[in-house]
Amino acid sequence: MHEIKLKYQGKKMAPAFNAFHTFLYAPNETTHAGGTHVKGADDLKRTMNTVIMALVPVLLFSFFNTGYQHYSAINGFPENFSVMEHFLTWDNFWLGLITVLPLVIVSYGVGLIVEFIFAVIKGHEVEEGYLVTGMLVPLIVPVDTPLWMLAVAVVFGVVIGKEVFGGTGMNILNPALTIRAFLFFAYPTWMSGDKVWVHGAKEGVTQAGSADAITGETILGYLAQNNETIVSSKFSLSDMFFGFIPGSVGETSTFLILLGGLFLIFSKIASWRIMVSAVIGSLVMGLIFNGVVDAGLIPEYSKFYGLMQFEFWKHLIVGGLAFGIVYMATDPVTGSQTTRGKWIYGFFIGFISVMIRVFNPGYPEGVFLAILLMNVFAPTIDHYVVRGNVKRRMKRLKNATIFPKDSEGKTAELQPETV
Amino acid sequence: MSKDIRIKRGLNINLVGAAEQTISKAVLSNVYAIDLNDFHGITPKMLLKEGAEVKAGEALFYNKNNEGMLFVSPVSGELIEIERGARRRILTLKILADKEQQQLEHGSLDVDKASADEIKSFLLKGGCWPFIKQRPYDIVADPSITPKAIFMSGYVTSPLAAELDFTLQGKEKELQAAVTALGKLTPGKVHVSVGKSSDSPLTALKGIELHKVSGPHPAGLVGTQINKIDPINKGERVWTVSPQDLVIIGELLVTGRFNPERIVALAGSSVKAPKYYKTKIGTEISTFLYASGVNGENFRVINGDVLTGSKSSQDGYLGFYNNTVTAIPEGDDYEFFGWNKPIFNKISTTRALTFSWLQPKKKYDLTTNTNGEHRAFVVTGQYEKVFPLDIYPMQLLKACMVKDLDEMEQLGLYEVAPEDFSLTEFICISKQPHQQIIREGLDLLYKEIG
Repeated sequence: MHEIKLKYQGKKMAPAFNAFHTFLYAPNETTHAGGTHVKGADDLKRTMNTVIMALVPVLLFSFFNTGYQHYSAINGFPENFSVMEHFLTWDNFWLGLITVLPLVIVSYGVGLIVEFIFAVIKGHEVEEGYLVTGMLVPLIVPVDTPLWMLAVAVVFGVVIGKEVFGGTGMNILNPALTIRAFLFFAYPTWMSGDKVWVHGAKEGVTQAGSADAITGETILGYLAQNNETIVSSKFSLSDMFFGFIPGSVGETSTFLILLGGLFLIFSKIASWRIMVSAVIGSLVMGLIFNGVVDAGLIPEYSKFYGLMQFEFWKHLIVGGLAFGIVYMATDPVTGSQTTRGKWIYGFFIGFISVMIRVFNPGYPEGVFLAILLMNVFAPTIDHYVVRGNVKRRMKRLKNATIFPKDSEGKTAELQPETV
Repeated sequence: MSKDIRIKRGLNINLVGAAEQTISKAVLSNVYAIDLNDFHGITPKMLLKEGAEVKAGEALFYNKNNEGMLFVSPVSGELIEIERGARRRILTLKILADKEQQQLEHGSLDVDKASADEIKSFLLKGGCWPFIKQRPYDIVADPSITPKAIFMSGYVTSPLAAELDFTLQGKEKELQAAVTALGKLTPGKVHVSVGKSSDSPLTALKGIELHKVSGPHPAGLVGTQINKIDPINKGERVWTVSPQDLVIIGELLVTGRFNPERIVALAGSSVKAPKYYKTKIGTEISTFLYASGVNGENFRVINGDVLTGSKSSQDGYLGFYNNTVTAIPEGDDYEFFGWNKPIFNKISTTRALTFSWLQPKKKYDLTTNTNGEHRAFVVTGQYEKVFPLDIYPMQLLKACMVKDLDEMEQLGLYEVAPEDFSLTEFICISKQPHQQIIREGLDLLYKEIG
């Protein structure tokens, strides 16, 4: 293996081969003559791998939940629900496996092919960014997304969202969310509505003992239609928190997402500042809406009423908000890079997510739009944060008495330039 | 008067193979070499031809841009080789030492009475000027400029570096002469820093502003201290001198002789008995390396510490500014699934299945392996945790990479030297060459603005 690597060194296909090689072995590269002679243990692969590890529980859960939602939609939700009996069953897992795994395979397969092609054309190494993106994508799409649609979206997302900017580390928009947005805007009739969220609903699988097709409406969907009563009758609070609800593949279990988030914070891979401030942001917006309802400013027949009266903290446990905050908002490339910027960036993600959720009844899932929007603003936020540092420096300079240099004239010359 | 500096952000890199505090005398070297790369930005003009005889302390070459600035030979002997590189640039000068050393006498200078100009020309002529470095740009100081202040750091936090508290002992007289002389060259202060509970001879010096520094690396780097004491503004110049070089400056002032003797720490896990050696600038490293014994064949000899030193070889020579020589194993082998296995034997700032956070005091045996491949900047917020300067490190690096002069200025490039970015380079997940980027940025800024 090592010899083949040396043989192909400098050839056109080298990056493609190196990608496999470096997957198996940490490289034998030693530090350069001019820099530090020892290096820390972390590299980008390890970082990305940590995020994937945090995603694995969510993925496993999604297998079970896909099956559970499907069978429950047909047979009705079980009474006296017990996790072992109704949820962690082989049937559920199998159905989830055969529906979700193809999404994972298509996402990784197509995405990595695009990455390899670009790496070979441009002669750079295959970078690890797609390892995480490829895992995120199947988790944020509805379960019945056709594979060809996903493939098209992945090609679009990787090329336009990332490679045109120069690849991993250079992109402005989060590639996984670009893929999600592409799906949503390119195939709106398929991607929204109440059919795609539960496996089989689109094909018209009927409920047991009736001719009615099953429905796969999400909680947010019901709320947008002002059907609060169905929500409270159908889904308990613990269902929402532990994730036994319909939704995109991996977004439902707030509990596991919370664990993943804690793991990422503990391992110091993701920014806790973004997570905390995003939670604060969404709570603030939720409280404002609750306040509007309490003050009686909005009539009950208003189409926003259902979502506005939804208790503020519940926004965090339904829909993709938690998933977005933990795994997508914390993307270091597209997020804010400065410490203070991260607070602002996170806050607005939470704030705008809930706002879009409430004001866009057609598609009450605002988090991906909010993150994409803040991706665009992140460089601006950073710019102003960094300017703060520059301003401090300039102020110091203005107050400084600069000692005369070689001649008297030079000092005078320097002053106007610096003001 | 003393002012305390406490650094919080940083990281101590604890390595095995710290030098034991005993001094041995190294064998005399046959050949001494001056590496011109040590003097960044200096264009040398030779004064002697190959084969010429030279006395210890006699000039070998001068700075083309400042003819008064002489660079002298550490020993007396014959100039046997002028090694040149591309475009006939001079790389190294080698001197074959005489059995009987002959010393050029300059006559002593009474620093208390001498004027600034007298001191300046004495140091320039005596070959001690190159020990004084200047910031911004991290180059040999320009004698025509008056610096705002002079900084010296006697606090050592660099991994395995020579402990100045130990090596400076008994040099009070020379140190005092040197700081008194340097103090006359600036209207500002002479800032000297020592560790918090240090018994360094530096603490007893007069005519200085003493700072007690505590905290993890890079607290001991002079750049960190400048940033905390009195940051550099655009247009200002400060000088920095390493205390070990003060001894040589002091000796020249007191005795009139350029005495390149220096106590050097030989350290690193590839050295069997790491300890201190008394030797001279430019000496062959092999004269003391093998006296301590080495482990294995495949190791790297570093002129300096592991973060900022330059790669040397086993038959290399001690650099002009170095008081540390480190030897660590080369890490040129593959590691199967090295990127996802839990790591116990390497240092990390994260906890991504790396466990160095469990034992912060443990000493590590690191190799020169990069532990990963070069990538674009991806992860943010990591550098800030080990970078105590009031500067945005990643933004500054990026400004240097895209050669944006305005940004470089505004983000504080004037305040830093490459060594200030050694720790961020160490932890860099994308394995970017930070020090090189900063060096190139400084060179560009120097060329364009000066």
